[in-house]
Amino acid sequence: MLKNKGIASKLIVLILSSTAVIFISIFIYSYVFSRQIIIEKVEENAHNFLQATVNQIGIRSSSIEKVPKDLSCFLENSPYTKDALIKLIGALLKNNPEIYGIGIAFEPYLFDKNQLCFAPYFCRKEGEIKFSFVQYKYFYHDWYQIPKELNRPIWSNPYYGKAGGKIMSTYSVPFYKTVSGTRKLMGIVAVDISLFNLQKMVDSIKIAQSGYAFLLSRNGTFVTHPDKDLIMNQSIFDVAEARRDTRLRQIGRQMIKGETGAVSVTSIISNKECRMLYAPLLDSDGWSLAMLFPQDELIADVVRLHHTILLLGIAGLFFLSVGIVFIARSITQPLRGLAKAVEDIATGDLDIEFPPVKFRDEVGKLTESFIYMRSSLKQYIKNLTETTAAKERIESELKVAAEIQASMLPRVFPPFPEREDFNIFAMMEPAKEVGGDFYDFFLIDENKLCFLIGDVSGKGVPAALFMMICKTLLKTEALQGISPDQILFRVNNTLYPDNDACMFATIFCAILNTKTGEIQFANGGHNPPLIYAGNGDFEFIEVSKGFVVGPMEDTKFKCQSLTLKPNDVIFMYTDGVTEAMDPEDHLFSDERLKKNLASLKEKDIKDSIYEIRAEIKAFAKEAPQSDDITMLALKFNGKA
Amino acid sequence: MDSILEDKLMKLRIILLCIAFLLKPAFAMAGETVLKKAYFNIQWVPEAVFAGYYIAYKKGIYKKYGIDLTIVHGELDAPSLDSKSDSVTTTMWTMWLSDAIQNRAEGEKLVNIAQIMQQSSLMLIAKKSSGINKIQDLNGKKVGLWRTVAFPILPRIFLQKSHVTVKLIPVTTTINLFLRDGVDAIFVMWYDQYHDVINSGINPDELETFFLYKHGLDIPEAGIYTLEDTFQKDPVLCCKFVKASIEGWRYAFAHPEETVNTVLKYMERAHVPASRVHQRWMLEKIKDLILTPDDPVNMGQLLPEDYDRAARILKENGSIEKIPTYKSFYKKCAADVEK
Repeated sequence: MLKNKGIASKLIVLILSSTAVIFISIFIYSYVFSRQIIIEKVEENAHNFLQATVNQIGIRSSSIEKVPKDLSCFLENSPYTKDALIKLIGALLKNNPEIYGIGIAFEPYLFDKNQLCFAPYFCRKEGEIKFSFVQYKYFYHDWYQIPKELNRPIWSNPYYGKAGGKIMSTYSVPFYKTVSGTRKLMGIVAVDISLFNLQKMVDSIKIAQSGYAFLLSRNGTFVTHPDKDLIMNQSIFDVAEARRDTRLRQIGRQMIKGETGAVSVTSIISNKECRMLYAPLLDSDGWSLAMLFPQDELIADVVRLHHTILLLGIAGLFFLSVGIVFIARSITQPLRGLAKAVEDIATGDLDIEFPPVKFRDEVGKLTESFIYMRSSLKQYIKNLTETTAAKERIESELKVAAEIQASMLPRVFPPFPEREDFNIFAMMEPAKEVGGDFYDFFLIDENKLCFLIGDVSGKGVPAALFMMICKTLLKTEALQGISPDQILFRVNNTLYPDNDACMFATIFCAILNTKTGEIQFANGGHNPPLIYAGNGDFEFIEVSKGFVVGPMEDTKFKCQSLTLKPNDVIFMYTDGVTEAMDPEDHLFSDERLKKNLASLKEKDIKDSIYEIRAEIKAFAKEAPQSDDITMLALKFNGKA
Repeated sequence: MDSILEDKLMKLRIILLCIAFLLKPAFAMAGETVLKKAYFNIQWVPEAVFAGYYIAYKKGIYKKYGIDLTIVHGELDAPSLDSKSDSVTTTMWTMWLSDAIQNRAEGEKLVNIAQIMQQSSLMLIAKKSSGINKIQDLNGKKVGLWRTVAFPILPRIFLQKSHVTVKLIPVTTTINLFLRDGVDAIFVMWYDQYHDVINSGINPDELETFFLYKHGLDIPEAGIYTLEDTFQKDPVLCCKFVKASIEGWRYAFAHPEETVNTVLKYMERAHVPASRVHQRWMLEKIKDLILTPDDPVNMGQLLPEDYDRAARILKENGSIEKIPTYKSFYKKCAADVEK
């Protein structure tokens, strides 16, 4: 995806994404970790706060509980009269302003044998302490019956009191008398207290914005709650049923069982996720205090901090991307300039201006390298131009030389149109512009035709020059009328002294007596020619091998002779013919030459030579010509 | 010491005084064109168990039938008859069938003009933790039984028929003694205190329940009663009251939320702890008790077989000596009105 994008895009994508990943990782870790720390701390503090509140309530209630406990202790251990008892109760109420009412209720007929109910009761009414006897059959009421059945002091469930509908609770302590070894219940001491102060205290607990505390009675009934409709009307189990929340019911059960715990709940008031901690009130028979800590409010600071961090991070990423764009541009702009300049150079404009080098950075160095490259290219092209000019000159000179060389060999056929006693044809095809092969033929006198073929060692200009000398010398010597061996001898001795380059030539030189058909010939290291005599095939002439001409002084050559009959053909060639190679490096070979010539024996010598040339070409296929190819054929017709 | 009951008692006294004051003949002289004055005495604190009457009153159904009704909340400690045996005014009240038969057998001239509750919902519950898993386990255990109301006959018959000897502990109407293990078992109403126990944190599976109807005591409960004289004097008014009440019940079952709201308002006014959840439960259960699955159309009828069964049980048990005749006991108001 990024493959074909520019450097700037790649930099932005890669750096921004990796930076963003790092930032987000750190951000998440920081948020989770700090949140956890805060929550742990909050929970720890919450627990302490809850316990402190529970203790505070415990201190208050135990100071209240002390009054009926002391009174029952007095009743169990001291004698008392009706009047003294009533006076005592009144005094106790007066001295305990936190108590609303105090009463002592006796078992049926136990205080007075004639009286079913005896229950003196003092309570506060409109700021005054009022006395009365309890008028109803109290034996079946919770405040009396439960401590009686359970044989221990209890706090009653909360109830609505008469005065102003205040919520009350009664603390009842049974007292006993031991009659003939049996402990017998005498009655119940009960104190009524208003839960107003307790409610006020619990209501005043505010945690963050929406956190609160509430108190449950033993039955799970709400004694205090910010939702006033719940108070005294509903239990936590009612709420659980209404919300179809079995977990809340389970929590409620744990609370009224007097367990301490911490759970996550949804607040009824704010519908927020809260951490709820609960603990039983001390010696309360299952009253439970709970506090709800709204987590999101308590970690609000952490959230705010991380909002800021997030904004800063986003701003940072923005500035980073601006920076990257700037840096990327400082790289890519000169690069783009460079790319344009190099493109122009590629089209041949070497005078284009490169963007100026502002910094010695990589781009600057690259620009310098390109500038250096440009100047090197310029120099190279200049040199190339000069070299090419020189080469072209040499080539044209070589071409001229080749033309000169070609013009030196007899090229007009038939060379002697007036002579019918023989036909002669020759061709030379150099491998390079100028070749080392040569042939020649000329009349020494009326009846003597000298014809020769040669091959100079090496190729090219030196060979051509050497060939020129050879050819000139050979003609000069041949025109002296001497025998072919003498011709070669003299030419060898002429060449030798100045032959520092140690060049040499193979030469086959022959002189035909056109009258008789006799041929005298000498061979200086050249391939033996072929002869077609009469009805037979072409055969190689048996010639003495002889030494090459040029390298050694006083070399002797053997003069040999044979006589041609009319229509006999003699065929001479250089090694460029037999050693012509096909692409697989096979040689054209003597045998193939002989065979090809055999198939051409009835043909004109000119056509035969062309055919052989064509055969060689066909044989060599696309293989380049490695050596000069030269052929010469002479047909003796006899006397006309 | 200071309790709801006492509070109620106080209120009732005031109400009764008012009634006494209103019993002046001036009202009896009211012409046919005006609404006829009538009283309905509910011997309990306001609750959804009386929802049909409250909603009928609120929706003006009684007025529609030409009745100027006053709902009186009776006192729990006193038998309803004490305050109502006055045939001068048209007064109706609710009462359990078993108690009514007993009263009639004892010579009280009361008649049933509608049997609202068709089934029994009285039950005995025990905590499994107290080792009670079957009726026999109750032997020697402490069992709580209301002392205040007039219908402890059935619990006693139940215990007798089950051949168990228990220590009966008279209790008021709260369940606190049971919750605190002051008693091992307690008689409760399925539609009322049973749910209180559950919503005081005790799970249903922690309770062993003994429904009385499953133990041969399938006796219908609350019905509408009046004095025979009252009925003879103005049977049309009595029957119109029954019809209006039944219409009220139908409305209540069709509109439970509105009904519960109405009940809650009565409760708040009476300073009675008012739990919507509990009242909703109660209305639902009451619906099951009033609408018989066999005959959901005809409400309020006392079937002869139900009457016979109830009376026979009472006679067998010795609570009554002679069974009052069905005809003398039941005035087919509901059936007539439906026609």
